[in-house]
Amino acid sequence: MSERMALTGNDAAAYALKQINPDVVAAYPITPQTELMHKFAEYVADGEVDTEFIPVESEHSAMSAVVGASVAGARCSTATSSCGLALMWEILYVAASCRCPVVMPVVNRALSAPINIHCDHSDTMGARDAGWIQIYSENCQEAYDNIIQAVRIAEHPDVQLPVMVTFDGFIVSHTLEGLEVNDDDAVKKFIGEYKPEHTLLDVDDPRTFGMFSLQNYYFEFKKQQVEAMQRALKVIPEIAKEYEKLTGRAYGLLDPYRCDDAEVVIVGLGSTMGTAKQAADEVREEDGIAAGVLKMRCFRPYPFAEIRKALSKAAVVGVMDRAISFGLGGPLFNEVRSALYGGEKPLVNFIYGLGGRDLPLDDAREVFRALAKVKDTGKTGPETRYIGLRE
Amino acid sequence: MPTTKLKELGNMEELLTGGHAACPGCAGPVILRQVLLAAQQDDVYVVGSIATGCMEVCTTIYPNSAWRIPMVHCAFENAAATISGAETAYRALKKKGKVDKDIRFIAFGGDGGTYDIGLQSLSGALERGHNFTYICYDNEAYMNTGIQRSGATPRGAFTTTAPAGKVSPGKTECKKDLTAIVAAHGIPYVAQTSPHRARDLMEKVQKAVRTEGPCFINVLSPCPRGWRFKPEDSIQMCKLAAETCVWPLYEIEDGKVKINYKPREKKPVRAWLESQGRFKHLFSAKNEAVIEQFQQDVDRKWNALLKREETGT
Repeated sequence: MSERMALTGNDAAAYALKQINPDVVAAYPITPQTELMHKFAEYVADGEVDTEFIPVESEHSAMSAVVGASVAGARCSTATSSCGLALMWEILYVAASCRCPVVMPVVNRALSAPINIHCDHSDTMGARDAGWIQIYSENCQEAYDNIIQAVRIAEHPDVQLPVMVTFDGFIVSHTLEGLEVNDDDAVKKFIGEYKPEHTLLDVDDPRTFGMFSLQNYYFEFKKQQVEAMQRALKVIPEIAKEYEKLTGRAYGLLDPYRCDDAEVVIVGLGSTMGTAKQAADEVREEDGIAAGVLKMRCFRPYPFAEIRKALSKAAVVGVMDRAISFGLGGPLFNEVRSALYGGEKPLVNFIYGLGGRDLPLDDAREVFRALAKVKDTGKTGPETRYIGLRE
Repeated sequence: MPTTKLKELGNMEELLTGGHAACPGCAGPVILRQVLLAAQQDDVYVVGSIATGCMEVCTTIYPNSAWRIPMVHCAFENAAATISGAETAYRALKKKGKVDKDIRFIAFGGDGGTYDIGLQSLSGALERGHNFTYICYDNEAYMNTGIQRSGATPRGAFTTTAPAGKVSPGKTECKKDLTAIVAAHGIPYVAQTSPHRARDLMEKVQKAVRTEGPCFINVLSPCPRGWRFKPEDSIQMCKLAAETCVWPLYEIEDGKVKINYKPREKKPVRAWLESQGRFKHLFSAKNEAVIEQFQQDVDRKWNALLKREETGT
């Protein structure tokens, strides 16, 4: 039923795509996503997938080709990072607004300038308003599992929105980890067939996709998208439950770790939450700090109610952002704070790891110690703090 | 066998309906209707993509669409990339037995969306060898947004971003030769045509649509608003463009040039420039040199075409 493998994040994602066997995949290289498509291209060259592979001439064209293929009724995919995602930004909105159920792995990397090929979340954070469902992965196992579930989430009749599945550049994409993979038939059965209602190839019932819509209709299209995003909050856990039945691996909108009796909690996304979990264990043991970690898996749609519930017992919350929204602060911090509006607990924002600067375990422990200090003194101190910044 | 006989075409269903919002005298819808009638015959179905621009905006105002073929509008610069995806999906789904119709793909774009912002995605689609035809309707400026200068704008023309003023004679650069750029990709079929010779246009479309691989047709699309002439004179303008050799009608099939129309008496470009308000400032003494330059540009290109046809290169 399942097999244990050692794969890098890119290879795990490629393996998931192989088992999904999309009709069309568009590919354009960008570090650190590049090897994902190398691997997939090998599957194509060896005839292990039926996918028609389009080696496009830019990421903008990658997403454009994917939109064209999707409205034509194909199950399709592409993958990117950083500037590539930024370049396709215009078409991300088109894909979501045209309700194309595309699944796209995004390997998180910092945006230029200066040019930097390492991990931070500024790329996908910058796209958080585009109408795509965003699911963040902590490690190779999650990257693999999330991509497979994403197909069902995207194509669900109550949703019909594109999904980006992220994992950290280099830290996960290029790191070999052990993971369990399902067998091909199990994945095939789980994702089923893609049966869209209307397509561009219905020549007997011709329709126009992507029309020009004026003040009298545009707003209503957007409201439909809002409602689809809302419904996704229900669909994502439903699909996760089905997936758990198949694999034994459980997923939710959030991944709380030791939050039930935690007095200080870190909230964050991606691989650093793995470090945070280890730090939580260690500071509980060594410092007597009742530490917990609330890893967010589903970032869009934003699970307001679930966040409030998960943080209801914490005395102090620290939000770790691997991105900055210039002029605002940490984007995740601001969203968590917005979810907790009306509550009284102190909130502290920690900005870290931009441009791939490592967050060592020691620093994660320090975050918990800082939060414990806030709790003990009753003084929040600086609301925004920077970890690892040289000043 | 597909037909271009007016009598037979007259009995076929129009695939671009009336009621769209194009300006009076716009050559665009004339071109689209000729293209669609020519292409969708004999159990062949047409599916299209269109770039943002005059034709797209005029024909797809929600909730009404003038298109009686399936059509996708994605964005401005990517009609070719979008059709690449659709065409690839068709091949993928056909292989799996999910589609059984014979579908041909046509991407439409104006000069703005093709010569300039769309050049990259066009070039990529051509290089990859997708099976589609790209039709550019060239009205020589970004007309939909108000007559701004494009790479297709001819030398000396007034546009709103290169107006003729006290120190400028309008656009100082010559018109980009997109047809030559496309031909340099080595694709099987490239052509230039004009709607005043409907049979020429339609035969070229039929050839392109039935040729395996990427094909490109550049069509002159006179714009009464932007070029400043009377709406009823659009087709006359096309004729004048051919008579002055400003817009030669030719084909390049597997690298060989064939000129489809040679005027009995090649008219001087002055006739072309006099006919449109966008060039009227060229007739002051200080701009006389621009007219000469214009004539030289046209002659050089025309002679080069003649030579290529003669030598078979």
